[in-house]
Amino acid sequence: MLELPWGQKGSMKLSKAAGSRTTVVSAFALLAIGAGVPLQAQVSLTGAGATFPAPIYQKWFSDYQSIGNAQINYQPNGSGGGIKAVTEGVTDFGASDMPLTDEQLSAYQSKHGFKVLLFPTVLGAVVPTYNLPSVKQPLNFTPAALAGIFMGTITKWNDPAIAGANKGVSLPNLDINVAHRSDASGTTFVFTDYLSKVSPEWVQKVGKANTSVQWPAGIGGKGNDGVSGIVKQQEGAIGYVELIYAVKNKLAYGNVQNSSNEFVTASLSSVTAAAAGAAKSIPDDFRVSITNAPGKGAYPISTFTWLLIPSKIPDNAKKTALVGFVKWAITKGQDEVEALDYAKLPSSVVTKETKAVSLIR
Amino acid sequence: MATPAALTGNLPPRSASRVLYDRLRGGDEIAYLLTLACTVATLLIVVFLIGELWFRSQAAIKAFGLSFLFSSTWNPNGDQFGALPFIYGTCITSFLALLIAVPFGVASAIFLSEMAPPLLSNIFTFLIELLAAVPSVIYGLLGVFILVPIIRLNLVPLLKHTLGFLPLFKGSTFGFSFLSAGLVLSVMIMPFIVSVSREVLLAVPVEQREAALALGATKWETTWQIVLPNAKTGILGSIFLALARALGETMAVTMVIGNTPVISASLLSPGYSIAAVIANEFAEANGALYVSSLIFLGLVLFGLTIVINAIARIFIVMTSRRFG
Amino acid sequence: MTDRAHIATHRKIINVLMLSLSGLCTLLVLSVLFFILGYLLVHGVKSLNWNFFTKLPKPSGETGGGMANAIVGSGKILLLATCIGVPIGALTGVFLAEYSGKQFAFLIRYTADLLNGVPSIVIGIFAYSVVVIPMKHFSAWAGGLALGIMMIPISVRTTEEFLLAVPNSMREGAMALGATKARTIFTVVIPAAAAGLLSGLMLNLARVAGETAPLLFTALGNMFWSHGWHEPTASLPVMIYNYAISPADDLHQQAWAAGFVLLSLVLFINVTARLVIQRGAGASRR
Repeated sequence: MLELPWGQKGSMKLSKAAGSRTTVVSAFALLAIGAGVPLQAQVSLTGAGATFPAPIYQKWFSDYQSIGNAQINYQPNGSGGGIKAVTEGVTDFGASDMPLTDEQLSAYQSKHGFKVLLFPTVLGAVVPTYNLPSVKQPLNFTPAALAGIFMGTITKWNDPAIAGANKGVSLPNLDINVAHRSDASGTTFVFTDYLSKVSPEWVQKVGKANTSVQWPAGIGGKGNDGVSGIVKQQEGAIGYVELIYAVKNKLAYGNVQNSSNEFVTASLSSVTAAAAGAAKSIPDDFRVSITNAPGKGAYPISTFTWLLIPSKIPDNAKKTALVGFVKWAITKGQDEVEALDYAKLPSSVVTKETKAVSLIR
Repeated sequence: MATPAALTGNLPPRSASRVLYDRLRGGDEIAYLLTLACTVATLLIVVFLIGELWFRSQAAIKAFGLSFLFSSTWNPNGDQFGALPFIYGTCITSFLALLIAVPFGVASAIFLSEMAPPLLSNIFTFLIELLAAVPSVIYGLLGVFILVPIIRLNLVPLLKHTLGFLPLFKGSTFGFSFLSAGLVLSVMIMPFIVSVSREVLLAVPVEQREAALALGATKWETTWQIVLPNAKTGILGSIFLALARALGETMAVTMVIGNTPVISASLLSPGYSIAAVIANEFAEANGALYVSSLIFLGLVLFGLTIVINAIARIFIVMTSRRFG
Repeated sequence: MTDRAHIATHRKIINVLMLSLSGLCTLLVLSVLFFILGYLLVHGVKSLNWNFFTKLPKPSGETGGGMANAIVGSGKILLLATCIGVPIGALTGVFLAEYSGKQFAFLIRYTADLLNGVPSIVIGIFAYSVVVIPMKHFSAWAGGLALGIMMIPISVRTTEEFLLAVPNSMREGAMALGATKARTIFTVVIPAAAAGLLSGLMLNLARVAGETAPLLFTALGNMFWSHGWHEPTASLPVMIYNYAISPADDLHQQAWAAGFVLLSLVLFINVTARLVIQRGAGASRR
């Protein structure tokens, strides 16, 4: 009698395999059907960009889902990522803490044939955050100290450059471990913008402000989250993050000396003070830098943050949703920003923006 | 009983279209064409992939040429791109991984092939091969939360205390370093070395062992002087396979290496690898030269893995030829 | 006559020492595996709760979010990957095993191995250029294509291997009964190899289920449910990566839970597939 190698067992296995195959196939089928059917008739939008305003944006988009009947998916991958994504047209909008340069604007224009518009949404602060459990009160940082630390020339916490501004505080003899951004970051832009304004050495050694610079020292973290994570884990570490990241992760952050020689703590009022001067004379495209702003009580590392929206949106539903969102964010949405330690937009800016939004066709 | 017409040869003549239809129904042509189409599709995908890589890195190749591989400046700000820090990081972490994984891996393979009873050997090998199935991001997760703190708080003080004079262990550390990446990689590639080496060792004919034992050698001497040399090429093949895997590893490395383009003799320094920089910077690379440089890096990495894989295959083919 | 007692003591010592060392190494390697599993088990299970499986991610700072959309998203992307990669790969394997000549077979195998060696991040770049940019958005399609391309080489190899393992007597038997070659392949040979093919598929799937790098700039991610296949889609590995590098403890917990779910799934598929292969191999040896 002919005995096949796979024999009876083979055919049993065959039917068992077929049975399990059927189950697998039907499970996949259910998954496919379930996943393919839209739950509601909501407009879906995608945006990517800065991690600086990510906490408030995520809250806004979450709230706006019911208000504007639009599902706006925001992926914080850094300002550089936002600029690239909107320029290549793979997202509906972007977000950046660095106002686009002329070259980036013209690159967009030549690629798409129309302009990309910038809309400021909130004001925020970049703070130097550090991990020194033995130091109980906030440290004061002079511009020279900050520049020196991030250039790698000041390597110990008890260096006279730091101690000089912090009389009476006992600083430990720890190594300073610098944390900076590994991704192209608007937060980096703001911080380096400030450093290049206050330290000629910085400009010479590192270069002008940009989303990515050649850091002489330290390690890179991804996003504001990444830098906060590094500082939180490592004693003696220092990094620069948006204020809310230091606050919600319970990290200490220092006071920075402003152009009026005061040591200012980042707060709603000090950030608002920094924007006060610029608010009256903000240009039509809203591109402005408010670092090292003059005036009493102004926090020197403050910034606007912008949404990058194409001036032409062919899909009507998307355009309505996005325009509606911007209008809501700069008015009603502003009520939510202070709870997350961002400062409200000056009213003169809001007025100007409301007019600018209607430019989107 | 009616006999089938086919058996008696009394078939009615068939028209050409009927013949064609029957042939098609037989399915041979369709099956052949279908499978051939899929094969061609596979080939085309590879061709397109390489073509796309080559084409999109042209801008960087034209701008920098081969000096790209030896330049250590990576400055998106000034459009200056050099691959050396990443090549260095990739090589250093992979070699460190091999340095740790090979002794442990080969030793385990020896134990599993020479010492352990077959059942135990099979079970243990099964379990070790499961290590190869653990996703890279999970190794990264464990690396970030367990390995990096241990390195920073325990291992580094120990190393500095004992071997701190070596340039290998100079400088302060966050824990995110070449060392962490090398350690994580070593765990990831060990199963490949164990699995393939064990197979190769088992393939050495038992007569060789018996002959050695008959001449009075101890088990270890047999293994070290007879079996291993026989299996040498195969084990080398497994090492190159593991190396190829280590070179291309992305997630686990980027989560523990520190993401800083730095060339440093110190293992405690943070660094960068080719795969890690592409993963981190591709999404935001704006500007034709920047993107092109990253893709050029990807091409370099691909080239490296092709070469290493080819060497591995040569060794493994040599081994299988040897043992038939 | 060889008298074992006369073997020099130092050789005996070395023998025992080296063999014990190698045993120790094995135990060390195994203990790493158990440590990984154990740690993930403890930490992951601790953070597993109903929220994790049913809720969407919450804005940062708020607790109580989950990964429901990432779990479904991973499923969608893997489904696409399987539908793209497995047919192409399997039918190529059929061609290799049943139809092709020696030279062409060598070329195909070499190409498949080449594709297998491509770093996954590079495949991600390819999928970005080929799908995301023309489509003008990130999508499950792009992620599915990237992972599908990764599935092709293994699919080719396992299909070829298991089809070749089917003895020729079966093919000859079928042909003797009048079946065409195509019919033989699809109704006799493939079913005979079914267990092996399925296990190969499962191993392939398990490998690709954990891939993160190619999804970073193809499927991107999503805070909400992604409708259909055209939208950015959240996936488990990418969420693990994002949460692991964040400083929030709540997100760390979720990363552990997700890691546990992912690892359990991958290991379960692996163990099942390997057991099926081993049992099949054992049966054929008799």
